[in-house]
Amino acid sequence: MDPANLVNLVISGVLTGLVYGLMALGLSVIFGVVRVVNFAHGEMMTIAMYAAVVLFAALGLDPFLAVLPVAIGFFVLGYALQAGLINPFITRPEHSQFMLLVAVAIIMVNALLIAFGPSARSVQLDYLLESIELGPLLIDRGKFYAALVACATAGLLFAFFKFTRTGKAIRACADNHLGAKVIGLNVKRYYALTFGLGSACVAVAGCMMVLLVDVTPVLGPAYTLLAFVIVIVGGLGSMAGALLGGVLIGVSESLAGILIQPSAKSMFSFALLILVLLFRPQGLLGRRS
Amino acid sequence: MMQRTNRRKFNRAVAGLGAAAALAPFGIVRAQAAKLKVGVLLPRSGFMGFIGQSCQKGADLAPGVIREMLGVDIELMNADTETNVDTARTRAERLIQEGANVLVGPFDSGAAAAIAQVAEQRGVPFVINIAAAPQITEQGYKYVFRNFQTGVDIARNGLALIGDLFQATKTAPRTAVYMHVNDTFGQSNTKAIMALMPRLTHLPFKIVDTIAYDPAAKDLTVEVSKAKAANADFLLLVCRLNDSIILRREMVKQRWYPMGVVSPGSPGMYEEQFYKALGKLSEYCISNVPWYNPRAELTKVVEKAFLKQNPKDKLVFHGLNAGFTFEAILIAADSFKRARSTDPKTLTEAIRQTNITSKMMLGGPIKFNAKGQVEGIGSACVQNLNLLPTVVLPADAATAKPVFPAPDYKRA
Repeated sequence: MDPANLVNLVISGVLTGLVYGLMALGLSVIFGVVRVVNFAHGEMMTIAMYAAVVLFAALGLDPFLAVLPVAIGFFVLGYALQAGLINPFITRPEHSQFMLLVAVAIIMVNALLIAFGPSARSVQLDYLLESIELGPLLIDRGKFYAALVACATAGLLFAFFKFTRTGKAIRACADNHLGAKVIGLNVKRYYALTFGLGSACVAVAGCMMVLLVDVTPVLGPAYTLLAFVIVIVGGLGSMAGALLGGVLIGVSESLAGILIQPSAKSMFSFALLILVLLFRPQGLLGRRS
Repeated sequence: MMQRTNRRKFNRAVAGLGAAAALAPFGIVRAQAAKLKVGVLLPRSGFMGFIGQSCQKGADLAPGVIREMLGVDIELMNADTETNVDTARTRAERLIQEGANVLVGPFDSGAAAAIAQVAEQRGVPFVINIAAAPQITEQGYKYVFRNFQTGVDIARNGLALIGDLFQATKTAPRTAVYMHVNDTFGQSNTKAIMALMPRLTHLPFKIVDTIAYDPAAKDLTVEVSKAKAANADFLLLVCRLNDSIILRREMVKQRWYPMGVVSPGSPGMYEEQFYKALGKLSEYCISNVPWYNPRAELTKVVEKAFLKQNPKDKLVFHGLNAGFTFEAILIAADSFKRARSTDPKTLTEAIRQTNITSKMMLGGPIKFNAKGQVEGIGSACVQNLNLLPTVVLPADAATAKPVFPAPDYKRA
């Protein structure tokens, strides 16, 4: 195996993994605070991908520019979803929450099928077929830009939770639900805000993902599963863990594909999941409960 | 004012109901004999959705064309297999429950194998439009028929046409890297190619690496990187539609320009969506596939009906899918006409006796052998030229000369 080729693949795995990580970050943020597992996560990202495709087709808007309107739209959608639909389920048994979000996911897939049909759609931009040449290395330009946006979004999210009053309040709600209520925080509002932020995160990931893959309505469940694998590997509720998990899955898939067999790519990420569950059940950066 | 029911009125009503009930079966028989209910199973959604919809165009035009040709009325009962074997099985069950006299479809070998089991269990004839896995007609099934080449035939004809291509272009590539989808179709084709290659000594090339990939893959970076690393002269590819698009884009991104991309017999690269998604990047890809005869009388009739139903479309993009789907329904209708019955056994026997000489697809007449397989279906070497699938071989059916190696070829 040519070493340059191997490095190329590792870079490609890291870049794809960062976008995966951003997608999983939304799931992790929502679970970390609201303690609800969003089973419609992949479907929400698919809707964001369609939003980027529609904006490109209708207005010629590059997905990098579509990030802002789509993220704002998703923030509102996420906020409304949590405030209107999920908040009443917060105190109900977990299986009720599970069924609710599975139902939301099924509705989303079918709505997409009705609206767009089963056909794959993509954004066709010339630079997506270009590569950046660095000596013997060829870096996919689309993936590179997408990974930069993923890093920037993750950085903004970290900063928001670390340095802003609202971010700190959300963390307080996550750390101690009762304590947050006692000091007068409107927990349900902060939950809705968190769901909105997680959804905006998914929206950015969707806009970037459409640069890497074609979108179909049935893409959602596979990405929901992938997001679960990533956050379990990285640590459910850990933001840094989600990014690390994404990169690990991306790189391991690349390496498994080249060193073992391309058709063993997915098998390898699930093997990684089993190993983490066996030896570090809380995930690589997760806290033991 | 309310009317009162007296004894006479009641007796008359009962007598009327009794007569209706007694005559009803005759009515049913008459209705069955007047119309053939064809259950059409196709993957109209999922990752084979495009191809399923392409096949559906052939089904949609069939009732009109066949009524004109044979004077037979057909009712289509459409079902979406959603590119899922289990769904295909349950949809087939439901179609039979709802009264389908014959099943047609389903484009995919995995789904065809599942539907074949249902057809056998329920004793309903099943005419396969497109599905190549040889084992489907090797199970001793009584109700299963296939008017499509088996994987072995596709590979044999496809590889023979590759030899013809090299001869026609006076080239002799030494090596090929073989990539294939890792599903029933891909695996059966691979098995056939690997079995045939040692015997085809006139072919100048060796397969230096074999790479299997997931047909629902969303990213083929690793696969293409591995293929490129093989430094082969050309890419031998057994693909589907979506993966072929992803693969072609990835080749450009990784700046891999082999002598050509040649399919020894698989869908994907001649499909309309391939051209739409890739534009000029679709050029020069070659598919050696069962194809339609543009000069056949029936093709002209079908093309007219096709354009009437799809004014913005071209038959050439759907010729294989729509053509074989149309022919499958034609087989059912022709048998129904001869059988004069929708009784499954009578209809099945009539299908077995089929001998259709006026056909659309290349090759000899439609006649089933003892296994329910049509033999002698022809293939063509179809190259993407000027954004159209163009027959370049065999010479007597060709409308252009083959281009090989591709103009952007860069030696590795």
